[in-house]
Amino acid sequence: MYDYTDFDRAFLAQRNSQFRAQVARRIDGSLSEEEFRPLRLMNGLYLQLHAYMLRVAVPYGTLSATQIRKLGEISQRWDKGYGHFTTRQNMQFNWPALRDVPDILEALASVGLHSVQTSGNTIRNVTADPFAGAAADEIADPRHLAELIRQWSTDHPEFQFLGRKFKIAVTGSPHDRAVIRSNDIGLRVLERDGALGVQVFVGGGLGRTPLVAQEIRDFLPLDDLLPYLESILTVYNRLGRRDNKWKARIKILVHEHGIDRIRDLVEQEFPQRRATYAPDIVTRQLELVAARFARPDLKSAPIDAFTRAYDADPVFRSWSDTNLAAHRDPDHAIVTISLKAHGATPGDVSADQMNLLADLAERYAHGELRVSPEQNVILPHVHKSDLPALHAALKPAGLATANIGLASDIVACPGMDYCTLATARSIPVAQQIATRVEELKLEHDIGALKIRISGCINACGHHHVGHIGILGLDRAGVENYQITLGGDGTEDTAIGARTGPGFAHEQIVPAIERLIHAYLDLRRDPEEPFLQTLRRLGADPFKAALYPQTAIAAE
Amino acid sequence: MPRPFTPKIVTANDLLIGDVIYQTADDDWTRDLALAEILTDEADAQLRLLHAERQRDRLVGAYLADVTQGPDGPLPAHFREAFRAKGPSNHHHGKQERASHV
Repeated sequence: MYDYTDFDRAFLAQRNSQFRAQVARRIDGSLSEEEFRPLRLMNGLYLQLHAYMLRVAVPYGTLSATQIRKLGEISQRWDKGYGHFTTRQNMQFNWPALRDVPDILEALASVGLHSVQTSGNTIRNVTADPFAGAAADEIADPRHLAELIRQWSTDHPEFQFLGRKFKIAVTGSPHDRAVIRSNDIGLRVLERDGALGVQVFVGGGLGRTPLVAQEIRDFLPLDDLLPYLESILTVYNRLGRRDNKWKARIKILVHEHGIDRIRDLVEQEFPQRRATYAPDIVTRQLELVAARFARPDLKSAPIDAFTRAYDADPVFRSWSDTNLAAHRDPDHAIVTISLKAHGATPGDVSADQMNLLADLAERYAHGELRVSPEQNVILPHVHKSDLPALHAALKPAGLATANIGLASDIVACPGMDYCTLATARSIPVAQQIATRVEELKLEHDIGALKIRISGCINACGHHHVGHIGILGLDRAGVENYQITLGGDGTEDTAIGARTGPGFAHEQIVPAIERLIHAYLDLRRDPEEPFLQTLRRLGADPFKAALYPQTAIAAE
Repeated sequence: MPRPFTPKIVTANDLLIGDVIYQTADDDWTRDLALAEILTDEADAQLRLLHAERQRDRLVGAYLADVTQGPDGPLPAHFREAFRAKGPSNHHHGKQERASHV
């Protein structure tokens, strides 16, 4: 865990007292909504369909037990007893009253949390691999870079009024669990000739124009990281379009000018930026940051208890097979706790569950938790001998669903149940698909299948990178759902292709069920996952299952 | 022939709570759609909207929403307004858990 300094604490206290005064001035009428709106957005406060919404940053998806306990307490005291984890590893409270927000921010600051730059045209909360610091395939902990970028970008005067929001994601592993190529900048830590550096991608994004980030630098020495990021942002600030909100992201700039031209411009800018940094200063800063990340002192003990439970208890075995990932220490496991109980709202977590997660993190996981971009919670360092007890404690709280990476582990944005931008609901679609999948008792047979649902073209539900993507639209005053196939959010990032006409709300679950059955019929053998079958055969046999009437007419 | 004017209501979000409110005929605000003032004249609707927009210490984001005339008052014409009038579908929160009074 990163241990915040007095500087961080003083900054947050000052920022919160500033916002408290701004809220008071809005309430007494001295600020109009037009004046107040940018101020509240800078502090993560939105006005949604039914209420205000406060988006709390979870920097690079890392939470301490104390922090998640505080989030639970806040949800009970000032909200409706739950929070919602998003695809950018943040937590959203859906029901705060305006007058309470300064108190909520103060409570957050008491545990080093905040809402700074979770909205607005700034550099947003930096996301990272949720397995950071624990993954067996990790080259270096990406959170060190993410924390350095957080410190550098917070209140950076040059980047407070960008043309549009700007998202950065970092992975320290070759396997990408942070969807880095769907970000404005994606960073992947590499090792070359014994030195660490990053591969830099730029211009990715989902939304109305989904584009995969392209490589702008194959290997950037870590000491050049901040001046290089500044060079990219300078080129974006200078050339990025401000005339049209839909064309203002850096992905459009890269797309319109081409990656080679953008690379040339960034490289032209770079020497001046580099000159403003003393040699080795970034490296030294990174070392200071790394020193404030306490590495957990992993315990050494026999793992017989795990082996016995695994052999004796089929429920535990099933959970272990789906929800555990390889830790760098073979006697430990990375545990993904599903927030996708069949029929539950993806990413919602109650105050009671948050309290339990805090207790269990303290008891079994060195007090550390992670939020995944797939809206689940992770205990990154659990000794295998503790897994049976952990599983038993999760079960009564509805947190032991064995479905990670399966058809019911659905990512969904809040959709029209909460969001003012939404054009259709996403949550009930996710709930209904998960419930149906459970009724069919097929998901373990189906295997890896990522279903992603967005309630509008802004694609917060990452539907473009779902193996099956669902996009909810408003077609002549009726909810309508388009399906895309073949998306992938990993290191092989791909944007899904639309299958054809959309489906009405009551038709979308049967349509997904037809797709699933088509896959089971078409796969070469049970080992061939959905995505591979789709890539092998193309979309046509799946389209035939989706649109049986059209298929019959064509024969 | 001019197109017939779709009846409207003036709706907004409450400044302090953030919840959905509707303008009433007696210049107050209600949380109950059934009590909202139905506007059947376009010019009148624009004037009522301007009146709402001036109340900046009471509400945020006033706009005109289409309704149809039901037996017990206005009914939302679009599903978005239906959700605003009811609350989210995944939790029994919002208007569905609250008594209707201002």
